[in-house]
Amino acid sequence: MMSSSIRATLRRVTPQLIILAAVLFLNFLVFPDFFRVEFQNGRLFGNLIDVLNRGAPTALLCIGMTLVIATKGIDLSVGAVMAIAGAVAASLVVDGYSWQTALLGALAVGMLCGIWNGILVAVLRIQPIVATLVLMVAGRGIAQLVTEGTILTFVNPGLVHLGSGTVVGIPTPILIWVFLGLAVAAIVRKTALGMLIEAIGINEGSSRMAGINSRVLITSVYLISGFCAALAGVIVAADIKGADANNAGLWLELDAILAVVIGGNSLLGGRFSILASLIGALIIQSVNSVILLSGMPPEFNLVIKALIIIAILVIQSPTVKHALYIIRASAQPLPSEPVKEAKESTQ
Amino acid sequence: MASDLSPVLECRGISKFFPGAIALDAVDLALYPGEVHALLGENGAGKSTLIKCLTGAYRRDGGSIILENEEISPQSTQDSQKFGIGTVYQEVNLLPNMTVAENLFLGRQPTRRGLISQKRMLEMSRELLAEFGLSIDPSEPLSTYSVAIQQVVAIARAVELSGKVLILDEPTASLDRDEVELLFSVIEKLKARGLAIVFITHFLDQVFEISDRATVLRNGRLIGTRTLANTTQTEIITLMLGRQLEDRIQDRAPAETGDTLLEIRNLGRRGMIEPFDLTIRKGEVVGLAGLLGSGRTETANLIFGAVQADQGEVLLEGQKIALRSPREAVSQRFAMCPEDRKSDGIVGDLSVRENIVLALQARQGWFRPLPKSKVNELAEAYVKALDIRLASLDMPIRLLSGGNQQKALLARWLATNPSFLILDEPTRGIDVGAHAEIIALIERLREDGMALLVASSELEELVAYSNRVIVLRDRQQVSELKGDEITTTNIVRAIADDPLAEAV
Repeated sequence: MMSSSIRATLRRVTPQLIILAAVLFLNFLVFPDFFRVEFQNGRLFGNLIDVLNRGAPTALLCIGMTLVIATKGIDLSVGAVMAIAGAVAASLVVDGYSWQTALLGALAVGMLCGIWNGILVAVLRIQPIVATLVLMVAGRGIAQLVTEGTILTFVNPGLVHLGSGTVVGIPTPILIWVFLGLAVAAIVRKTALGMLIEAIGINEGSSRMAGINSRVLITSVYLISGFCAALAGVIVAADIKGADANNAGLWLELDAILAVVIGGNSLLGGRFSILASLIGALIIQSVNSVILLSGMPPEFNLVIKALIIIAILVIQSPTVKHALYIIRASAQPLPSEPVKEAKESTQ
Repeated sequence: MASDLSPVLECRGISKFFPGAIALDAVDLALYPGEVHALLGENGAGKSTLIKCLTGAYRRDGGSIILENEEISPQSTQDSQKFGIGTVYQEVNLLPNMTVAENLFLGRQPTRRGLISQKRMLEMSRELLAEFGLSIDPSEPLSTYSVAIQQVVAIARAVELSGKVLILDEPTASLDRDEVELLFSVIEKLKARGLAIVFITHFLDQVFEISDRATVLRNGRLIGTRTLANTTQTEIITLMLGRQLEDRIQDRAPAETGDTLLEIRNLGRRGMIEPFDLTIRKGEVVGLAGLLGSGRTETANLIFGAVQADQGEVLLEGQKIALRSPREAVSQRFAMCPEDRKSDGIVGDLSVRENIVLALQARQGWFRPLPKSKVNELAEAYVKALDIRLASLDMPIRLLSGGNQQKALLARWLATNPSFLILDEPTRGIDVGAHAEIIALIERLREDGMALLVASSELEELVAYSNRVIVLRDRQQVSELKGDEITTTNIVRAIADDPLAEAV
C-alpha cells in the first residue's frame, strides 16, 4: 500500500525531476564547479545550496499557491502580503519587541490578509483574480504605511537569523521551506483536506451538493496562502535586514504561479501535487542561477529566462506530450528521459 | 389553410447520429408560410438537434432540407441566415452594451461616404421597430430594456437578416405574462407577413394560444404532427410522454407506511416555486410528476437546501430544522441525487472510490479522514451491491457510463445511511438494465423504512413505485394521487387539466 503510493508520487513528479536535472546540468555546463558543496565556518557553501536558499521565497509561496489553484482560484496578492509581513516584523522589532513576537505578528497579519481574500472569493463570490488583485495593489500601500515610507532596517539577531542564519550548517530558509512543504503536504494527504479541495476545484457545484463546506475550505486555502506569503516576507526582510515596502516580493506572485504550473498542476483546479510545485520552484531558481553563472550581460536575463520557461512549458504542453506518447508507442518503448533531455539541451 | 400552399421549408428524413446514440431518426417536418409551428418533446427528444441541423450548427447524417423547392445544406448559422432561416434563442445573443440600433444593424450599418451614418441608422431602426409595434429609443444601449424587448429586437434582427423562416427557441422562458403578450403580438404580425415560425417551449398553454400546428418528437423520432385546433392538451401530452394509457393494476404493497418523518409547511421561494405543504412518512415513496419546468426539480432543491427557501418551515420528526445548505440537509441525514448528474452530481476527475465516499467524508469533516481500509471496504461493498461496472475503483468517474455514474452517486448517498432520500430523475439517460435495477433499489429502500421523494418524467415508473404522487403544473402543486388513483391516465389528466380552460 505504502510503497505503491510512493511509486505513484514518483511517477507524478518524474517530468519535473527530469526538467530539474536538465537545468542543473545546464548549470554544470556553464559552471563546472556548480555541484561543489563546501563546509566553511560552520556553514554549507556552494551554488547548489544557493539555489535551495534563494529559492526559499518562491518555494514557500508556491505551497499555498498550489492549494489555492487546486480550488480553481489564484492568489495575486502574495507578493504584496510578503511586503506587509516584512514591514510588520521589522516595525515590531524596531519598536523593541522580541523576534518571536515579530514573527508571530507578521504571520497573524498574513493570515488576516488570507482571510480577507478568502471572504471575497468564497462568501462574496468575487472572481479570485479580481479579488486578490485588490490586495496586490493595496498591499504595498499598506506596507508603506507600516514602514512610514522608509526602508525600515533592523539589527535584531533573532530575526536576522531567520533569513541568513544556519542550523547545523544548513541555511535556515532552506529548513523552513522544506519543513513547511513536507508538513502541508502531509496534512493535506493524511487528512481528507486534499481530496475535498480537489473536489471543489473539479466541480464546486457537485461538491456543495455532496455536503462539502466549500466556503470554509476555500477561505482556509487563502489563509494558508497568506501564512506562506507572510513567512516568505519575514525571510526576505531578515535576509536584507530591512523591510522594503516597494520591492520585497515584487512580481514573486508570478514566479509562484509559474512554479505551480511547471509543477504540472492545472490552473483549472483539481488534482494537485505540492511536491511537484516545490520542484517547479527549484527549476525556476536553477534557471536564474544558469543566467547568473553563464556571465551573460544582465540585460539578457529576462529574455533568456523567458526562453527557458517557454521550452519547459512547450515540453509539458498536451500537444507535445501526446506526440511523445505516439512516438513512444509506435517506436521501441524508449524511456522518456532521453527524448525530453534531448529537447531540453537544444535550448 | 396550410394544405393549399406548398411548404416554405421541408425536412425529409433528417437523421443525426452521435457516438453510441441516434439523436434523430428520419424526422420529417414541413413548415408552411404564415404558420406558427410548435416543436414539442421532453428533454433529449431531439428538438434542439433538429434545430441545429436546420441552422447548420450540426451536419446532418441523413435526409434532406428543401427550402422553396431547392435542396440546401447550410454549413453554419450565418449560412442558414443567408438562406432565410433565422434563429432567436432564450438567452438573447446580442450585445447588451451597444445601442439597439447598433444591434439591429451590426455588420451592415448604413454608410455615407464610407462612414457609418448614425442618423440614417437610427431612422431605419425606428422604422423597423415600428413594424414590430415598438416605439423605443434605438440610441439607448440594449441593456436598458427588458428581456422581452431585447427578444423583440433579436427577432427584428433575425427577420431582417433572413426573412423566410424564424426559429424561436424557448423565447418565453424568462418572460412574465405581459411580456409574453408583447412577444405574441409580434409573432402574430410576422405570421401575417407570411413567415413560417417554429416555436419551441415547455409551456403547453402558450403552444395552444399561438400555434397552428405542433410536431412532437420523442427519443429522436417523429411521433406525430397535429393541427392544434382539433387536438386536446391531453393528446399532446400523451404523445410527448409516450405512454400507452392502458392502466395496469399495480400489485402495489398496501400503503403500510410508518410514522411521519418530514413535515413541510408552506415552503416556497418567490419566482421559483409556489409555497407548498408536504408530509413524508418513513417507508414511503412520494412521486413528483409534472412536465419539464413545472417545478419538480425546484421542489427537490428547496427541500435539500440547494436553494434557500424564502418562506415556510421544515419539521423533522416534529423538530424544526434549518435547511440553508445541502451541508445542513446532509447533517440531518438527507440525501439527494440531482437531476443534472454532470454538473451537480459527479466530481468527474476524482476516482470512483473518492466519489463514493465524498458525502460521508464531507459530513465527517476533513480532519477526521476515513481510514483507507474503511474507504475500500465501503467502495467495494457498494460496487458489488449495486453492480457498478468498472475497470478499477481508481478510474475517474467521468469515464463510467451514465447508468454506472448514477449508481455510484446512489452509493455515495447510501454510504451516509440517510433517512430521507431525494431522487431527481434517477433513471434519465441510463440504459435499460440499470433502469430496472434502480427501480428495484427504490422499492428495496422503501421496504427498509427509508422515506423517498422521487421526481421523474417517466410516468410508468412513478406509478410502479410511488405510494403517493404529487402533480405539479406551472410551479404549483395541483393535485395529489393516492393508492389506486395512481395511474398514468390520472397523472396525465392532472398535468393537462387547465383550470383557466375550465373557467372559460
